[in-house]
This record gives sequence, C-alpha cells and structure tokens, in this order.
Amino acid sequence: MSRPVRTGAAGSPTAVRAEPRHDFTEPERDFTEPERDFALPRRDFTDVVLGFARTLRHAGVPAGPDRVQAMLSALGHVEVLDPGQVYWAGRLTLCADPEDLERYDAAFALYFGGRRPVGRTAATAPQVIRPAPFEPAAAGEDEQDSDDSPGFAVHASRHEVLRHKDVTALSATERQQLQRLFALLAPRAAGRRSLRYTRASRGRVDLDRTVRRMLSQGGEPTELIRQRRRHKPRRLVLLIDVSGSMSPYADWLLRFAHAATRRAPLGTEVFTVGTRLTRITRELRLRDPDRALAAAGRAVPDWRGGTRLGDALKAFLDRWGQRGVARGAVVVLCSDGWERGDPAELGVQLGRLARLAHAVVWVNPHKGKDGFAPVTGGMVAALPHIDRLVAGHSFAALEELVEVIADA
Amino acid sequence: MAPADPHTLDPAGLTPAELGRALEQVGYLPDDGLSTAAFLALRMHRPLFLEGDAGVGKTSLAHALAEVTGAELVRLQCYEGIDASQALYDWDFPRQVLHLRATETAGGGGYTDAAELERSLYDRRFLIARPILRALEHSPSVLLIDEIDRADDEFEAFLLEVLADNAVSIPELGTIRAEVPPLVVLTSNRTREVHDALKRRCLYHWVAHPSYEREVAILRRRLPEVSERLAREVAAAVRRMREADLLKPPGVAESIDWAQALHLLGADALDADRASATLGAVLKYQEDAARIRDTVLAELAG
Repeated sequence: MSRPVRTGAAGSPTAVRAEPRHDFTEPERDFTEPERDFALPRRDFTDVVLGFARTLRHAGVPAGPDRVQAMLSALGHVEVLDPGQVYWAGRLTLCADPEDLERYDAAFALYFGGRRPVGRTAATAPQVIRPAPFEPAAAGEDEQDSDDSPGFAVHASRHEVLRHKDVTALSATERQQLQRLFALLAPRAAGRRSLRYTRASRGRVDLDRTVRRMLSQGGEPTELIRQRRRHKPRRLVLLIDVSGSMSPYADWLLRFAHAATRRAPLGTEVFTVGTRLTRITRELRLRDPDRALAAAGRAVPDWRGGTRLGDALKAFLDRWGQRGVARGAVVVLCSDGWERGDPAELGVQLGRLARLAHAVVWVNPHKGKDGFAPVTGGMVAALPHIDRLVAGHSFAALEELVEVIADA
Repeated sequence: MAPADPHTLDPAGLTPAELGRALEQVGYLPDDGLSTAAFLALRMHRPLFLEGDAGVGKTSLAHALAEVTGAELVRLQCYEGIDASQALYDWDFPRQVLHLRATETAGGGGYTDAAELERSLYDRRFLIARPILRALEHSPSVLLIDEIDRADDEFEAFLLEVLADNAVSIPELGTIRAEVPPLVVLTSNRTREVHDALKRRCLYHWVAHPSYEREVAILRRRLPEVSERLAREVAAAVRRMREADLLKPPGVAESIDWAQALHLLGADALDADRASATLGAVLKYQEDAARIRDTVLAELAG
C-alpha cells in the first residue's frame, strides 16, 4: 500500500512543520492489495461508517453527523466493495481542510487496513507531552492579600501596581486578579476603506436607492440618497514565540491573543512560533479563556523548546501570509529575539512580511526592563523591517499594545 | 431535459471512471479523486468545493464539466465587496423610470389603477439577471463561483442561502426556482479560510499538483504541437521547481505557458538559453527566478 502515511512525523495534528507545503504531488494510490479482507458486511454497513467517523474524530478531523450522513449518501452512489471508491467517498465528504487529509489517510489505513499507522500517535493521543500552559494558582497562597483593608483607594492603587508589575513577578493571587483584568482588553486593528458602501449624509449619490425612492413616489425625483465607503477593520495577526526563553510571558501573550480573538473572531489569526509554526486560531475561539488556553496548549507541540524564528516565519509566510492572511494586516510578533537559527534568514523573512503587511509590530518583553538594547541577533536583523517595537511585560504595556494596534 | 449536444452524456448512468474518460475527451485529465468528486457532485446534487494552489486546474474543471454535460457555464468571479445585486439580480432602474414617464406621457397608457401600473414596473423584462439567477434560470447549467475566498463573509452567508434552496426569491416578482439544480463548483485559493457552514454543504476536494506522467499527458493534450521530448523535459523541470521551496511554486497553468513559450521560440528540447529567456512564463517572483537560474538551469547548461 502506498498511501501517504508519513513516518516519523511526530507532532500534533495542527502543527505545520517548516518544510512541507501543500503543493505536494498527489501520490498515485494503489488499493489493489488490501491487507485485510475489505468486504464490508452488509448488515452493519452504517455501523462500520459510524465507527470510522469516530476513529476520524479521534484523529482530530471534526467530522460531524451531517458529514457522516453525506458520506453514507455518497456511498450509495459508488461501488462499496471497491476500497478506492470508498476512500474517495469518505475523503470528499468528511474532510474540509488540507490539514484533515493526512489525518484522514492515517485513520483510513488504521480502520480499514487493520494496522496502526506509524508515527501518528500524537494525533490520537494529544495529551502526551506537554504541561498545560497555565497551571492554576494554588488556593490559599498569598492569603495576606485578601486580609488587607478593602478601601477603594487602596484597591485602586493595588490595581495600579498590578498593572505595571512585570507579569513574571506576580504572586498566585495577583495572577488570578490579572487574569480577570484581561477581560477588559479589546485589541482591534484600525479600519481601512472597504469596497462596500453604506448610506451616509454626504458622499456620492446612490443611484439604485435614489431611483427606487423615485419610483415609489410616482417618478418624482424628491431626494438624493447618498452613500460612502464603509470602513472595515484590518486583520490582526499575532505570532507568539513559545520557546523556553519566552515561557514566562507566553501565557499572558496568549491571553492577550484570546482577548483579540474574542473581540473579532473572524478578523484575528493567532500562531505560535518556536521550532515550528502552529495555528491556534480555532482553539482560541473557545469563549472561556482558561479552556481556550488549555486547548491551545494541547495543540502546540513545541512549548519551551528552542527558537527558529526565521524558519517558522517562513512557514507562516509560505503557508498563510502570502496567500492573504498577512496582506494588509497588522502583524504583531511577540518574541525576545533569541534566534537559534540564522539571523540573516530572519531578516529576509521579515522583509517579506513587511512588504505584505500594513504594519509590523514587535513585542519584546525585555524592552520594559532597564538597560534594554535591541542587541540579540534576531532583534538586530529585525529592526530595519519593523514599524514599532513595544514592551509586553506588564498589563499596562499590553494596554499600550492595544493602542499601538489600533493606531497602526 | 434533452442535452443540447448529442455527444454529451447523461451523468445519471455513469461510473466515476467513465466520467473521468469523458473529461479526458474534452481535454481535461483528472485523477481518480477528481473524477470521483465530480461524479458525486453530479449524482448527489451537492456543490463541489475545490481548494488548491493557483494554477492546478480548478477553474478549468468547471469548464470541462460544462462541456461534458452539455450545460451552459455561468461564471461568477468573486471579489471583495461583491454583493447580491452583482451576483443575483438587479432592477434596471433607468428603464423603469423611462417606462413610467412614457406611460404618463401616453396619458395613463391603458393602466386603470396605480397598482396595475406598479406591477408593470416590476415586470420580468426590467430584471437584470446576474450570474446566479442566470444559472438558476438556464437548465442545465454549471455555476462556477470562482475564488470565493476573495469575497467577504457577508457574501458567503448569502451564498449559503441560495445554495440551500436552489431558488431566489424576489420580493416584487416571486420565487424563481431552478428546474434542474445547477452543478455548482466553488474554487478557493485559500487566501482566507472559508466558513465551515459553507464547506459543510459541499464536497471538499484538495486539488494537488499532477504526477509527472499526468503532467506530461496534460501538456501533450493541451499543446499537441509541442514535441514529446520538450513536454517531458518541461514537466521534469517544473517538478523540480515545485520541490525547490519557492515563493510561488508553478502550477499546471504555468507549465503549459512555459512549454508554449519554448515551442514558440522553436525549441524541441529544453536548453539553458531558451529556458532562461522564458523563465518569466513559469516563475513570477524575481527571487524564485534567481534561485532556479542558479540550480536547475545551471545543471541544464552542464
């Protein structure tokens, strides 16, 4: 069987390695030698399909009931004893994304081939390696905080302190308080003129509406209705470094990303970068921040690993950015610039990004510290290509980031 | 409904392989996946959602399907800001006003009351059918909704409605329903993720680059004047370019352009000079061209 079950590609289902792109040549599939007798017993035909759908969902393909229904009805039109036709009937109806295809192939091999596909264990067991990105604060710690007099002034000033405190220096209680504060953040990129029109008191004459109004009044031109271009917010793209050196800040930056995703679910894209690139937009669309972060944590395979910013950025641009995600967008890259790869490559890729994007903002948590100078290899390479360099080490700094994004 | 052309096929009595062969006869060479996808789309009356890199033949599949089934191809090119009046229908307001004025001048024009006059204003003849309405009115037809990822989400929601019912309701006129639902082909270059609700109603197919043999066959088929050797060498070179990690890897459309350009320069085989001169037909980024000149073309030169 020459089905493309890739070996050795351990990793989470949503992870995109830096190298493979979706321009792979379709492998010629050969279904002539199934490893097990393929014939589906007629009596529990539906059960077989339902079981397969279950396997597929475990592998991470969101094959809902209506898709399964579609597969059943597709099977009504093809030769069910022909594995090739069953393969395609399932693939065409159950998948909806290029990322689904590899998982589908693996699940198909597993379910109908009767053998465990090699190298896809991470797809079926996402809970294996990494810790949750956010360990809940131990209850009862820092009790003395809550014993303080709850006077408003004290409260306010404590908030003020909290807002400016470096997020890595927080106690557990403070972390919880700050987590609640994140609900107040609403990052959103500024608008641009869209091609759609909206009614306005000034602007060019809306011929359609004006004539429609005329018609309803017996053809008398009574009033000119005007319109002008609507404003549409730019897309906001967040690339968050989750390597070891950034790990104290990554959780907070992800919370920031969650706030942005909640503000504009369709206009925000979030990726993590480390040794590889992972898209976590879907995970962050969960409403509850803690659940969203836990889901993102499960999707990201390279927590606290090294940093290959240049390669990961290239993967982003090849796979997403150039196709349109970065075009005209406000791109925020959160990293300390500790690049393990070649800084020159990072410079090249940032140049590409700068040409595509409307604005590139670099968030470096170390900028908030005294004596900061952008001297790490990555930062030096990046400086010519970025529009703004901001800190992101405290809540106040992130509030500033909200403004920078809105003004970009 | 009788097909317009006696050579066209009735999709009801076909197998996927037969449909594949029929497509080959009109010059489109699909692989198993694509012919099964087209087959199921015809049989299940579901829209076919094609995703893939630019230039892999998503749009031409719709053209080939229209030819095979003897249906009219109606194309709707999406762009940002497209709305119902550009996709569905629009009233011809100037003509309506003209009609109104003319009636007035003619002293009522035989209309006894205002209601009747108003009805005459919203007559079918004042309705301009845009692509979707045209596809619904003309059976059989293939409706190609090209580059849906360029339109915005509002348009997607609206499309969903039309695709679900295969009907358009016009408040002033009533509902126009397709006699035979059109075969709908949606294409996307993936510049943006299309909403799941829309994908859910479709058959989803990722169109990959063809294999080497298939690409040679496509080149020979589309450009019969090109020599076998040139076709093979172009396909091999393009294949290497796709593996070379370029900003924009060439699709089939580019390899056809390239082979044609080389042929027009009188080439029977791929040589470094002519390849270099025509590289613009296949690579669209300066960085890519430089890279390929240093690797693939340098090897050609020996």
